[in-house]
Amino acid sequence: MVVQFRRHSVLPGFNLALGFTLLYLSLIVLIPLSAAFVKTAALSWPAFWATVTTPRVVASYRLTFGASFAAALLNAIFGLLVAWVLVRYRFPGKKVIDALVDLPFALPTAVAGIALTALYAGNGWIGRWLEPFGIKVAFTPLGVFVALTFIGLPFVVRTVQPVLEDVEAELEEAAATLGASRLQTFTRVIFPTILPALVTGFALAFARAVGEYGSVIFIAGNMPMISEITPLLIITKLEQYDYAGATALAVVMLVISFVLLLVINGLQLWSRRRGELR
Amino acid sequence: MSSVALPLNVVGSSARARQEPPWVRWTLIGLALAFLTLFLFVPLISVFYEALRKGVGVYFASIVEPDALSAIKLTMIAAAIAVPLNVVFGVAAAWAIAKFEFRGKNLLTTLIDLPFSVSPVVSGLIYVLIFGLQGWLGPWLAEHDIQIIFAVPGIVLATIFVTFPFVARELIPLMQAQGSEEEEAAAVLGAGGWQIFSRVTLPNIKWGLLYGAILCNARAMGEFGAVSVVSGHIRGSTNTMPLHVEILYNEYNFAAAFAVASLLALLAVVTLVLKSVVGARAATDGELDHDH
Repeated sequence: MVVQFRRHSVLPGFNLALGFTLLYLSLIVLIPLSAAFVKTAALSWPAFWATVTTPRVVASYRLTFGASFAAALLNAIFGLLVAWVLVRYRFPGKKVIDALVDLPFALPTAVAGIALTALYAGNGWIGRWLEPFGIKVAFTPLGVFVALTFIGLPFVVRTVQPVLEDVEAELEEAAATLGASRLQTFTRVIFPTILPALVTGFALAFARAVGEYGSVIFIAGNMPMISEITPLLIITKLEQYDYAGATALAVVMLVISFVLLLVINGLQLWSRRRGELR
Repeated sequence: MSSVALPLNVVGSSARARQEPPWVRWTLIGLALAFLTLFLFVPLISVFYEALRKGVGVYFASIVEPDALSAIKLTMIAAAIAVPLNVVFGVAAAWAIAKFEFRGKNLLTTLIDLPFSVSPVVSGLIYVLIFGLQGWLGPWLAEHDIQIIFAVPGIVLATIFVTFPFVARELIPLMQAQGSEEEEAAAVLGAGGWQIFSRVTLPNIKWGLLYGAILCNARAMGEFGAVSVVSGHIRGSTNTMPLHVEILYNEYNFAAAFAVASLLALLAVVTLVLKSVVGARAATDGELDHDH
């Protein structure tokens, strides 16, 4: 049986290692995740559809996906800039800055949430400069956007950085020799090379933002129809003992994250192919 | 100034072809630093500023208060269980995937990454659906007086779930790139399974393993959403540090909330430092440089 589906190897431990991997994966991830789908199957299709399309829920989708998209877009622009500066230029404190980029991965989301709220509140360090212009960030959809920008920041930098490091000097020199300006070299030679990585980073930041909860709930204000994200609605339904409703929303979120995972896998394949062609 | 701004890995005449004029260079550096300052540096500093605003006395009082101490303890317990389990899993998964050829390998690798793409709230909810009172095992657990949801086991489970892929995803590409020639040589020379692993494989992957464990630990101690769903928020008993921060904050006890938050921020800073150190050691020891 086993010999048929794997190629023979002199190394021991295959059965034990794979057996433990599959057991642990099933117990911790696969069986619990399937619970969400099985529980939802108890709901009839019209009931499911009605639950996941009420106006309040639809408003939460709009905010969650809209703010995630905008935040990922801002991160794509500034992430590319940061990656470029870190790879190409030398300046004091560069190593510290490079390490600091990963802060959103390391800082617990609740800490990020309360810190951003304090900063952008009307009397906060940043909020007080925006207030005179009538710009309110904390407790509005704009706050959601700020929090999602924070948590998505490292993705684009970390996907673009290694690709940018690998861009061959010869290509740029050839472009310059042939009379291309620096801007032309960037848009025609460098940018197409790093585009797959940039799109992958954007997708990763977007996927992370869609599911984010901790950093958002403090700064959002959580007003129904206005600044309420979908993950928070799941919690609200749970607290009202509406398990069916919470599970239905969770299934919608799960399906969306699986689709995003497939898209990201496809993008990474594209990235790798592009890398091999060079 | 211009000597500082010379780009890396560019020598002699080729330098001009890959270099922007100084004003472009410094504008780009300035813009990048302004963005990072606004979104990373200022929030980090503000945590410590807010924590110490009411004085050092209030700061320490908020940390040594019994509920805070119990939250710190629970956070440590959850990480102390989740991190070793996921390290063992990561090593086993990487051994199977990197050292052997079998069908369904790509699917398995994708499934291992699955917890990263699931919203933390959903990660907590799925355990409620299994172990909660309304869940599959709920009635049986209630009969036997075992509580998982709104208790410590649920918090540990949710923590394991959200940190599940960290070690495996560091080790799989690392061990794949290293190949298995060294292990095969050891096997041919008569080494047993454990000997091969501890004498040949482990020294080759130690930095990658440590790197994964550090990231795993940071997430385990900082997880909020998933843990929040299964915890039940019982003060002094099922509150982890991030949940304690939330409770204090919602009670408008900002100084205390930021004091506990500053411990977590300190953990984040230590994590970043360790990460840089381990990454550098991995590079000098010839362990492959990972793609961050």
